[in-house]
Amino acid sequence: MTSADVKQLVWGAILLALAACVPLVANGYWMSIALTIAMFTVLSTSWALFSGPTHYISLATAAFFGVGGFLVGTGMSDYNVDYWTMVVIASLAGTVLAFLVGLATLRLSGVYFVIFTLGLAEMIRTLVSWIQNNFTGSRGLYVLTDLGEVDIYLHLVLVAAFVYLAGWWIARSRLGFAMRIIGNDETVARHVGINTAFSKVILFTFSGFVASLVGALIAPRYTYIEPNGVFSPELSFIVVIMALLGGTGRLWGPIVGVIPFALLQEYINANYSNYSTLVLGIAFLVIVYFLPQGVLGRLEQLWAKRRQSTW
Amino acid sequence: MDILITGLLLGGTYALIAFGLNLQYGVARIMNLANGEMIVLGALAAFWIFIADAISPILTMLIVAPLSFFGNWLIYRFLLRPLVRRAKNQGQLEVDSILATFGMAFALVGVMVSIHGEYFTYSYLAEPFEILGETFALNRIVAFCFAVLIGAALWLWLYFTRAGMAVRAVSVSTEASGLVGINVPQLSAIAFALGGAVTTMGGTLISTFITLDASVGVVFTMKALIIIIMGGVGDIRGAIVAALILGLVETAVARLIDPGLTLAAAYAIFVLILLFRPQGLFGRKPS
Amino acid sequence: MKLTKIFKSAAIGLTASMLAVSAQAADVIKIGAVAPKTGALGGGAVVTQWPNVELWSKQVNAAGGLSVGGKKMMVEIIEYDDKTNPAEHIKAAQRLAEVDKVDFIVAPYGTGFNLAAAPIYAKYNYPHIAVSAISDKMPELTARYSNLFFTLGNTTSFSESVVDILKDMRAAGTIGNRVAMVNVADAFGIELAEAARPRLKEAGFDIVYDKSYPLGTPDLSPIIKGAKESNPDAFVAWSYPPDTFALTEQAIIQNLDVKMYYTAVATCFPAFVGKFGSKINGVFGAGGVNQDSPDIQAYFKAHKDITGKDADGWASANTYVSLQILGQAIEGAGTLDRQAVIDYIKANSFDTIMGPISFEDQISNRFWTVGQWQDGKFRGVKSSQMDGAAPVIAKDGWN
Repeated sequence: MTSADVKQLVWGAILLALAACVPLVANGYWMSIALTIAMFTVLSTSWALFSGPTHYISLATAAFFGVGGFLVGTGMSDYNVDYWTMVVIASLAGTVLAFLVGLATLRLSGVYFVIFTLGLAEMIRTLVSWIQNNFTGSRGLYVLTDLGEVDIYLHLVLVAAFVYLAGWWIARSRLGFAMRIIGNDETVARHVGINTAFSKVILFTFSGFVASLVGALIAPRYTYIEPNGVFSPELSFIVVIMALLGGTGRLWGPIVGVIPFALLQEYINANYSNYSTLVLGIAFLVIVYFLPQGVLGRLEQLWAKRRQSTW
Repeated sequence: MDILITGLLLGGTYALIAFGLNLQYGVARIMNLANGEMIVLGALAAFWIFIADAISPILTMLIVAPLSFFGNWLIYRFLLRPLVRRAKNQGQLEVDSILATFGMAFALVGVMVSIHGEYFTYSYLAEPFEILGETFALNRIVAFCFAVLIGAALWLWLYFTRAGMAVRAVSVSTEASGLVGINVPQLSAIAFALGGAVTTMGGTLISTFITLDASVGVVFTMKALIIIIMGGVGDIRGAIVAALILGLVETAVARLIDPGLTLAAAYAIFVLILLFRPQGLFGRKPS
Repeated sequence: MKLTKIFKSAAIGLTASMLAVSAQAADVIKIGAVAPKTGALGGGAVVTQWPNVELWSKQVNAAGGLSVGGKKMMVEIIEYDDKTNPAEHIKAAQRLAEVDKVDFIVAPYGTGFNLAAAPIYAKYNYPHIAVSAISDKMPELTARYSNLFFTLGNTTSFSESVVDILKDMRAAGTIGNRVAMVNVADAFGIELAEAARPRLKEAGFDIVYDKSYPLGTPDLSPIIKGAKESNPDAFVAWSYPPDTFALTEQAIIQNLDVKMYYTAVATCFPAFVGKFGSKINGVFGAGGVNQDSPDIQAYFKAHKDITGKDADGWASANTYVSLQILGQAIEGAGTLDRQAVIDYIKANSFDTIMGPISFEDQISNRFWTVGQWQDGKFRGVKSSQMDGAAPVIAKDGWN
């Protein structure tokens, strides 16, 4: 490990410790915003771990997230299993699913992969509804725990720490090196002897695992789980968009997209509630036109300009 | 037999929603996530005009088509062309167009909700029509006939006119088309506008037999995306075949197995086709 | 740098709104309302919930406001659109409590949203008078949240009433034993079908067609055709608005000849009779209202005059009632202290357009379960302890 590496780890630890202190200063309102930010940060960053380097845009996040939430709901409500056991089971199920879906990355590319993941997520959603209707036949999935927003937030910060550590480690490893080459030119990567199949599947599985873990951890917040709610395709789109806005070039890119976007969304919802959808759409368009490389890209451009001007 | 006809009718509906996106993505290379909202706009127009003046949605469709063509042309010219110009490669353009059209979709939903926040439902040609002893809804049959007309018109235009040939050339390769003297930007704009017009027309037709509301666009966008990918990007025959397959599968499953599995089966077919033919039914293998 | 500009204006905006809020005049009662205006449930909330919030607040303010301990205070509604997104709803609920610092809240729309918001409203001890929340876990929930009240009924009653109607019609010789039942594959439809199945079997009915369909199915003709083929005497659909409309349209086209036809949500909507006219005479739906009650008639008229919209035949009245209860409780307790208002609601009976309403263990047991379209009006025919049930009529073709 070089001294640059050590510096990054220290920085990361400091920021995460700060994040963990947020509950000490935030009231209920800011806590719920912080929780939303934490959730999307984890989802976007783990998404970007795969989709950033490979440029394969996955819209399957909702499928894994939904599996996590749904299994927790059905396990607790129908089978009276306790919460933490269900979190483990749900994450494992999500991982297996992600592995299977990851195998699909070996066949498909480009926009075909994108829409494939979308169709898959929808298929899982309707399948789960059908299973619920015909087999578990549950009377609504109630997740009644004593976990409050602060607890869930801290869980998510822990997962975020894990994701950042994993990302940091991957970037330094042969896997990260392989992913960068794959992203630039997959044919070259294969010719150079990189096991592209293994790399892609492993990373995709990891991001799916994280998504299902998040789904399981967030379930107590909603109290009542409906399949059509937790498998919402909107979630997949928002995760992608936040990551793209922030910039997927760096590990800390997505969070730079999540925070301003979440705050902007909150500002619009609070002040223009009756027109929030319209204003949000316009805000989006403004962002796309003035921040083509995402927030990160713009920051880096300006940083580069600043450097140039000091010569 | 009943399953076949019902399935075809449903497939026709699906084809309607996919034609437009096929043109927009296949030719103009814009992944238009606001596609569903164009459908809902057409539906809103039909609803409004029908409730206010009892004018047939078919007539509304004819009024709405040129308006939509012009509107979509403006959208391409002012909102999307800057993105096309600054994109350094196809992937970049896709990302940008996804983000931009996503924003557009939100904006459109916001506008429509303030116009009419409730369900748009009215009754038009909701009468029985018998074919070979089985009863079907007249409004669906009419919509199917128009889907066939529109599809045929598009196909004829694409395969038997010079302009259509140019459009097909652009969908194969933008660079090569530019090299042989095709005005790619202008054709892309026309393709996008035409795609939008067809989509809105589809929306007015669909509103005669499906109850829509301002927020339901995203469901149609997803369905359209799945159809054009399954059929293979850029080829209109692919979109038609994929739409019909989906319609038939959904209906067959609903009648023979379990209506609860219709959508799951449709997506399963989609997933399977892609796994065995990653470029879609009629798509070109990526070079 | 554009980024800092955005940040700055956001920060200024938020601070300004917070300051503005705290500098509010002290003789206004702030009442928060979060419900969908867009998204999947937007269409329903715009018919049932929002107009009643507007109607009630305008009426109260036109009368000079609520009388709180001798002082007249006007009512100010602070509303947010939750876009049918539970995460968005939770944030908005927190915003109402912490930033806008509202005195009271209007309950959310939809079972899932009432439940997601319940812990938050419980934390701040807002009286939470739920309307559009149907659950069989009400005792457990009220035990957990002592500020939560239920007014619309539970899953069991809704399915039992339908079975009761079937039994009555069978006893009268109008229908036989064959029932076709379908449900939308969403929590609501699944629960009701689950509750209905054993009761139908117990009552000796033969469920000849029993299927579900995914939410958003575009073509429901296979369902109607399948049901028709099973030769049923009665057709029961636990459905949501889009499918309620679609199933009925198909039933008309396919001429599903049953003497008892029931679709669940949105059957009572004005748009339903608007679309189908006289063809849906005799159709049963969830909910109901006493069309002959003078209070209800006055309410309908005021609803149309003030909001420009027609009320629906079910939860519209209930939503208005929940606001009446809130208003009367505030006046009765004579204070804006939430615990006092909660205690008042628990201990007293309220005079509402649906008659006297009171709560037993935070649950109101007076509500309509089934209504029927009779000559262009949706009349309540079965209920839990309501007056004015109309006699049931048989469906006679689709003309």
